[in-house]
Amino acid sequence: MGSGTNIGKVRGLGSAKHGGTHWINQRTTAVGNLLLTTWLVASLLLLPNFDQATLALWLAKPLVAVPMILMLVSIFWHVRLGLQVLIEDYVHDDALKFGAMTLLNFYVVGGAVFGIFTVAKLAFTGAPA
Amino acid sequence: MGQKTTRPLSPHLQVYRWSPQMAISIFHRATGFVLATAGMLTLLWWLSAIGGGAESYAVFQKYVVGAGEGATSVELGINWFFRLLALAVIFSFFQHLFSGLRHLVLDMGAGYELKTNRTWAIAAFGASIFATALVALVVASRVIGV
Repeated sequence: MGSGTNIGKVRGLGSAKHGGTHWINQRTTAVGNLLLTTWLVASLLLLPNFDQATLALWLAKPLVAVPMILMLVSIFWHVRLGLQVLIEDYVHDDALKFGAMTLLNFYVVGGAVFGIFTVAKLAFTGAPA
Repeated sequence: MGQKTTRPLSPHLQVYRWSPQMAISIFHRATGFVLATAGMLTLLWWLSAIGGGAESYAVFQKYVVGAGEGATSVELGINWFFRLLALAVIFSFFQHLFSGLRHLVLDMGAGYELKTNRTWAIAAFGASIFATALVALVVASRVIGV
């Protein structure tokens, strides 16, 4: 490990040992997204209409609420992994990169929790009048 | 990227002729970004509108689906903004879906032969444009009533 050029500083250290996990999780969530969005489209097409009352009754069913929550987790996880790569590729300034990653983490966790809470509330307490 | 490098860099995008394989790669990224932002925010809006009751859903419907009779020009403007956004999200969905499937095949080590790779890149573009057009036609005739 030298102290000169960028490549010299990291040569011999090996990988960060986290790349494999990121890669496999991206593929796993990709397959999850594939299955769950296919379910969503098929399930929506089977509905007689798209009125709020129909949709609320539909969304409150366990066999709809559960895959919807799973879909939110799978997609937001995939978003986290995918946009991380975008930030790493295009944001080179350390401070900006740190800020962008923080915003991304807030966005995906906030978005997923908001969506899950909305579905869970409807499933547990029923549709509002 | 702390220090400036004076060593020669390898040639980048500007020296290569565009190919379907290059285009599908950057489209995968761009459509992923559209889905991650506009797509997911619209999904969350839709879910919370369903959970919020009939009035809440009417607001979502007014802006995203159709402003209807007696809408002001501002409401119509917002409506068309969301319709175009929806079209972009739908295209992004299919494009990301088909090029994502292509990536899963490539991950297994298949499809790297030059001609095969090019063929499937073109096929993925074709499939997503076709699927988007189909959805747009059905939505325009059945839901919006154009």
